[in-house]
Amino acid sequence: MFTSLKLRMLTTALACLAAVVFLIPTFVSDIPAPWNKFLPKEKIHLGLDLQGGMHLVLEVDTQKALEAMMGRTAENLKETLMDNRVRFRNLKTSQDGTITLELTESAAKTDLEKLMRAEFPDLEIASSSPRDGGQLVSIKINEKRALELQKITVEHSLETIRNRVDQFGITEPEIVPQGDNRIMVQLPGIKDPERAKNLIGKTALLEFKLVDDEHSLEEAIRGNIPEGSMIAYGLREDRSSGQRGSVPYLLKSRALLTGASLETAKVQISDRFGEPTVSLKFSSQGAVDFDRITAENVRRRLAIVLDGVVHSAPVIQERISGGQAQISGNFTLEEARDLAIVLRAGALPAPVNILEERTVGPSLGSDSIRQGIIATIIGSILVILFMLIYYRLSGAVANTALILNIFLIMAVLAAFRATLTLPGIAGMLLTIGVAVDANILIFERIREELRTGKTVRLALDTGYNRAFITIIDTHITGIVASCFLLMFGTGPIKGFAVTTIIGLLVSLFTAVFVTKVLFDYFTQNFNIKKLSI
Amino acid sequence: MMELIKPGINIDFVGKLKYALVLSSILIIIGIGSIIYHGGLNPGIDFAGGTIIQIKFQKDVSADQIRGALQSTKLASSIIQQFGAKEFLIRTHESFSDQQMLAANVQEPLTSAFNQDYEIRRVEVVGSKVGADFTRKAIIAVILSWIAILIYVAWRFEFRYAMGGILALIHDTLIVIGAISVMNMEFTISILAAVIFVIGFSINDTIVTLDRIKEIVKKHSKQKLSDIINSAINQTLSRTILTSLTVFFTVLALYIFGGAVIRDFAFALLIGTVVGTYSTIYIACTSVLFFEKLQPVKTKRTR
Repeated sequence: MFTSLKLRMLTTALACLAAVVFLIPTFVSDIPAPWNKFLPKEKIHLGLDLQGGMHLVLEVDTQKALEAMMGRTAENLKETLMDNRVRFRNLKTSQDGTITLELTESAAKTDLEKLMRAEFPDLEIASSSPRDGGQLVSIKINEKRALELQKITVEHSLETIRNRVDQFGITEPEIVPQGDNRIMVQLPGIKDPERAKNLIGKTALLEFKLVDDEHSLEEAIRGNIPEGSMIAYGLREDRSSGQRGSVPYLLKSRALLTGASLETAKVQISDRFGEPTVSLKFSSQGAVDFDRITAENVRRRLAIVLDGVVHSAPVIQERISGGQAQISGNFTLEEARDLAIVLRAGALPAPVNILEERTVGPSLGSDSIRQGIIATIIGSILVILFMLIYYRLSGAVANTALILNIFLIMAVLAAFRATLTLPGIAGMLLTIGVAVDANILIFERIREELRTGKTVRLALDTGYNRAFITIIDTHITGIVASCFLLMFGTGPIKGFAVTTIIGLLVSLFTAVFVTKVLFDYFTQNFNIKKLSI
Repeated sequence: MMELIKPGINIDFVGKLKYALVLSSILIIIGIGSIIYHGGLNPGIDFAGGTIIQIKFQKDVSADQIRGALQSTKLASSIIQQFGAKEFLIRTHESFSDQQMLAANVQEPLTSAFNQDYEIRRVEVVGSKVGADFTRKAIIAVILSWIAILIYVAWRFEFRYAMGGILALIHDTLIVIGAISVMNMEFTISILAAVIFVIGFSINDTIVTLDRIKEIVKKHSKQKLSDIINSAINQTLSRTILTSLTVFFTVLALYIFGGAVIRDFAFALLIGTVVGTYSTIYIACTSVLFFEKLQPVKTKRTR
C-alpha cells in the first residue's frame, strides 16, 4: 500500500471519477453536444432475461452436408470410372456417407486406386473383400477432409444465419460458434419469436426440377419409383373452402438449377389477386442456364422446390431468357418477405436443429429489473442500517465504501461491456453482504486491539494489517468458486459469476483501501482520542 | 459500543462436537432420504430437457381452467403451476422446438378459451442433448470447485485444516441439495449457482477461523489443540455471526422482493448461509482435531 495519504486520496478520487465517467451514458440518455465526444457511449448491457429477447442454440447437422457431398462425389466417381473403362456395378451411397461398389474384374482395384489418387485425393478405401471373382469395395472420405468439411459447414452456416439476421433488421444480435458444431444466436428485443425461428432455422434450399411425365405417378406412389425420379409433395389450399391438402408430384431427382444461381429475390404483389409473390433474379451464369433449360424443355413442367416442398410446377410455355422467375403460393406478406430474405442470404449448407431456446418477453424483463432493483435497494438499506447501528461512525465509513462499491461494479460492467442479468443483480446484492465482511473483520480486530489498551492510531494500523491477510484469503476462495460458474458459457448464470467476481475485486479496493484512507484522513486531521466503533 | 457477542465469551464448541455430528447426520439423512423418496432430484429442464412456458393472465383463472383449455393438445399432460398472481408456469419434459408448436399447442387453445386476455412472457425449451451436457458440466463444476478450494486451503494452511474445510463444503452442499429436495423444488442451473456460491461463502468463514487457529498456535504452542480451536472459534464468533447476518439480510431481501423468477435461487442461498455458518463452527474447525489424531506425527508445533 502507498504510504502517502495524499497519493492514496488521489487514487480514490480518480477511481470515483472514472466510475462517474463510465456511468454517465447509463443514467443520462442525452448527453449535450460538446460532451458527447469525450464520454464513453456504452451503457450497461442488459442480458436477454432483463431486456427481453431470444436465445437459441442451434446444432448444424454436418453429417447431412457430408452425405450430400458424398452423393455428388459418387456421381463424379461413376463418370470417371466409366470414362476410364473400369468395370463396376451397384455403386451406392449409404446413409453414413460411404460409397460402395462392386468391381467385376479382380485387377480393377489397382485401377481404382490409381484413379482415386489422381482425381479424388479426399477419398480412401475403407475396406475391400473378394466377391464373385471381383471385389466389393467401400470408399469413405478421409478423416482430415471430413473434419475440414465439418468446419466449413459450420462457418458457412454461421455466415448465412448472420446474413439473414442482418437483413431481418435486429439491433445488436450476437451470433457465435459454440463447440464443434453448435451456433449460439441471441436476438434482443425480438417481438415475434416464431417468425425469427423460422427465418433462422429454414434450410432454404431452392431447387428447380423437371416433372417426370414419362412415368405414371400412381405407379410411383404404389412403390415403383422409376430410377432417377422421386416423389415430392406440394401444399395446396382450396380457395373456396380454405382447406389445406398436399399434392404429390413425380419429379426428376436431379436439380437443374439451385438457389446458388440467384442474384437476388424480392417481394412483389401480383396484379391479378393482389397476392404477394417472390420474384427471383438469376445471376448472369444462372440466367444463361435458365435460358438453356427452358429452351430444352418447352411444354414440360418445371417444379420449384423449396426444402423438399413443391411450391408450384408451371408448364414452360416458351424459352425464358430474361433471367427472371417467380415463386407464388399462398404467402402472407410476412412469409413472402422472410422467404425473400432467406433466398437472398442463401441456403444453409446443412439443416440445423434447435437444441435450446429461451425467450423472455419484454414485460417479464422489465418486471425482473424492477424487482431486482427493489431487492438490491432494500438489501443495501438493511446492511447500511445494521452497520450504522452496530459500528456507528466507523459503520458510516464502511457504508461509504459500500455505496462506492455498488457504483464501481456498475462502472466496470459498463466499461468492459459485460452483461447484467437477473442473477447478476442478485450477485451484486450478495457482494454487498460479502464486501461488508471485510469491514466487519477489520472492525472486530480494531475492537480487540483497543481492548488491549492501544491508541486509536495504533489499533487502526494493527487491525488493518492483521485482518488484511485473512481478507485476501476469503476473496481468493470466493473468486475461485465463482470462476467455476463461468464454465457454463453464456446466459444469466455467467452474469452472476461475472458480477460476483467483479464485486469481490472491487471490494478489496473499497472495503480495505478506501476505508483506510478515510480513517487516516480523519485521524491525521482531527485529534481523535476515542474511536466511534 | 454495541456487542452481540461479549468479548470474554468462551463456549465449549469442541465439547459439543457429538451433538453437532448427530444434528448434521440427521439433516443429511433427511436430505438423502427425501432424494431417494422422490426418486432422485427433481431436475429442471436445464438438466432433464423439456419446455417451460410462463403465461400471465389479465383475469383470475385457475390451473384447472388452463388444463381444460389445453386438453386436446400435446401439453395435455404437462404440469401447470401457479407462479405469482394471475401467472402460471406450464412445464413438460418434452422439448418442442418445431416452429408451429407454440401456435398450435398454446396460442390457439388459450385464445379460444380466454380470448386475448393473456400474454406469453417466457418460453424455454432445452433439448435432451443440451441437458445432458449441462448435467455433466454441473457435476464437474461442483467437484472442481471443491478440489480447487482444497488445494488453496492446503497450500495456505495445512492439509488437516484443508480436510476440515472440504468436509464442511461437502456437508453444506449435501444439506442445501437435500433442502431443495425436501421442498420438492426443481434443481435448475440457478440452484447450482447458489450451491457454488454457498461453497465459496462457507469456506470464507472457515478460513477466518483457521487463520485465527494458526495465529494462536504460533503464540501459544504449548496449549492443547482442542483449547486452541475453542478459543479461535470464540474469538472470531462475533465476526462470523455478524457477516452471516449481513449476507442473510441481503439474501432475505432477494427472497422477498426479487420476484418469482429468482425465488428458488434465493431460498437455496438462505439455507446455505445458515448451514455455512453452522458448519464453519462445528464441522470445519472441530474436525481439524479429528485429522490431527490421524496425523499425529506432523505436530502442531511445526508452524
